Amino acid sequence: MYVKQISVFLENKAGRLWELTEVLRDNGLNIRALSLADTTDFGILRMIVNDPEQAFQTLKETGFSSAETDVLVVEIPDRPGGLAEVLKIMTRDGINVEYMYAFVEKKKGNAAVVMRVEDLERTISVLTEGGVTILKAEEVYAM
Amino acid sequence: MKYWSEEIETMSRSEIEALQLKRLKTTLARAAHSPFYRELFRKNSINPEDIRSTEDLTYLPFTRKNDLRLSYPRGFLAVKEDEVVRMHASSGTTGQSTVIYHTAHDLNEWTDLVTRSLVVAGAGEKDVFQNMMSYGLFTGGLGLHYGAERLGMMVIPIGGGNTHRQIEFFRDFKTSVIHITPSYALHVSDVIKDMGLGPVDFNLRLMIFGAEPYSEATRDKLEASFRVRAFNCYGLTEMNGPGVAFECRQSEGMHVWEDNYLVEIIDPATGQPAGPGEIGEVVFTTLNREAMPLIRYRTRDLAQLFPETECPCGRNFRRLSRILGRTDDMLIVRGVNVFPSQIEHVLMKLPEVGTNYQIILNRVDNLDRMTIRVEIYGKMFHGEARELRLLRKKIQHELKEQILLSTEIELMEPGALPPSQGKAKRVFDNREI
Repeated sequence: MYVKQISVFLENKAGRLWELTEVLRDNGLNIRALSLADTTDFGILRMIVNDPEQAFQTLKETGFSSAETDVLVVEIPDRPGGLAEVLKIMTRDGINVEYMYAFVEKKKGNAAVVMRVEDLERTISVLTEGGVTILKAEEVYAM
Repeated sequence: MKYWSEEIETMSRSEIEALQLKRLKTTLARAAHSPFYRELFRKNSINPEDIRSTEDLTYLPFTRKNDLRLSYPRGFLAVKEDEVVRMHASSGTTGQSTVIYHTAHDLNEWTDLVTRSLVVAGAGEKDVFQNMMSYGLFTGGLGLHYGAERLGMMVIPIGGGNTHRQIEFFRDFKTSVIHITPSYALHVSDVIKDMGLGPVDFNLRLMIFGAEPYSEATRDKLEASFRVRAFNCYGLTEMNGPGVAFECRQSEGMHVWEDNYLVEIIDPATGQPAGPGEIGEVVFTTLNREAMPLIRYRTRDLAQLFPETECPCGRNFRRLSRILGRTDDMLIVRGVNVFPSQIEHVLMKLPEVGTNYQIILNRVDNLDRMTIRVEIYGKMFHGEARELRLLRKKIQHELKEQILLSTEIELMEPGALPPSQGKAKRVFDNREI
């Protein structure tokens, strides 16, 4: 159920993000979704890629400070209120979202939302009970 | 071996002071042969024979780095050129380089001081000594080289740089003692980790540090990372080079080899003697040099001299604190005196922080702004921005405690800042006044 997200620490330097994307390109790594959180002097790039294991190794070898984090990716119908239904269930059970970002998956045209929460196990059971579809890691990487 | 020159090293204070006075008189008489001091004595109506105690020395003017520059190339030479067997020169990074001459006697005495220092550190003839300082005009290379040979160690004159080969030599030749700058040692320690090696792969046991100021926290970090004992060696080209003062680590500070150097601490602003134990500029007079005596030479190094003279190691030479900075490195930021070494001390205590840093000063709307660039330690990154923001706050807080100033912290990727392969450039002062 857990999807591996790659986080990369990026210092505030022109072209650093571009260098990173070149490394991914040269190693045939494809980005499924990404989010760039920035503060005044550094950024953290978070992304879902087709092969997180290889991406983590490659980035390490090319001098990027990266980390692997377990996240959940849930499938939500692409219509008004879709996300609200999911968050309602989570809020009712007191689950906080640390951060999230979304993309539209190609096959079914549904929205896929990447979420980082503190207690993954509990979130999975709460969402499953509430009838929310949680995507399998392999599905996400292959999207 | 406990002492190298036992008779001198075990002298009482009164014996040391008697020897100093005798040698000071000889030094002044010799100095009068050099064009610079001949003129200085004449202009100030100084008769060297009027100096009757070491305290009388304070009546004589200081000699400064600029005097050496202006007297380039031979204005301080006090012997015939034929008698000179070697010269060294300090790096001319801040102006005309300065030249120091040595007779065979001078080199012999200098070598003895270095050997004496190595014995203090606990080195012996069975050790293998890898000298990782540059050779050539810089005194750190040849100075330690000859002292180590005299002790009977096998010397590897590898010089600085080429870090992979340095590390291979540690392993292949079972190097046990190294001489290195602290900033280069930090770099070497990173490379050892990158190569997947650690202290167990080597035979290292002693590290001799010289050539640049650094903090106690850096020493702790390096001793832990190499699993060695590190000793501070103090010297400057104008006073021969390494081997002016050396740590015994049985009490705080470095013993000044007072049989060869007369040491004073002065207030750099007024030139008056600093009070007992006060921090000030270190001033030396050579006591045993023929080719080029120097009188009251202002080193621009800041330190304190510990008032007590007894030491469990058996030596009664006074002890100089670690070098706290340079009179010319002192930064004045929003009216507060700050030494880069204080900042380094704070950073090196934090495990989340890597080994390189930079201090950048700017003036924005007439206010000084100090920015510290710090490399994070890669393994400490877990993907959370919150964690990094907390780290930044923690660094700011710790710095504020130490230097009483607010700073901006820029977190950098590991390896982003240029590693140092010798003396590191850490401070970038972009303020325009």
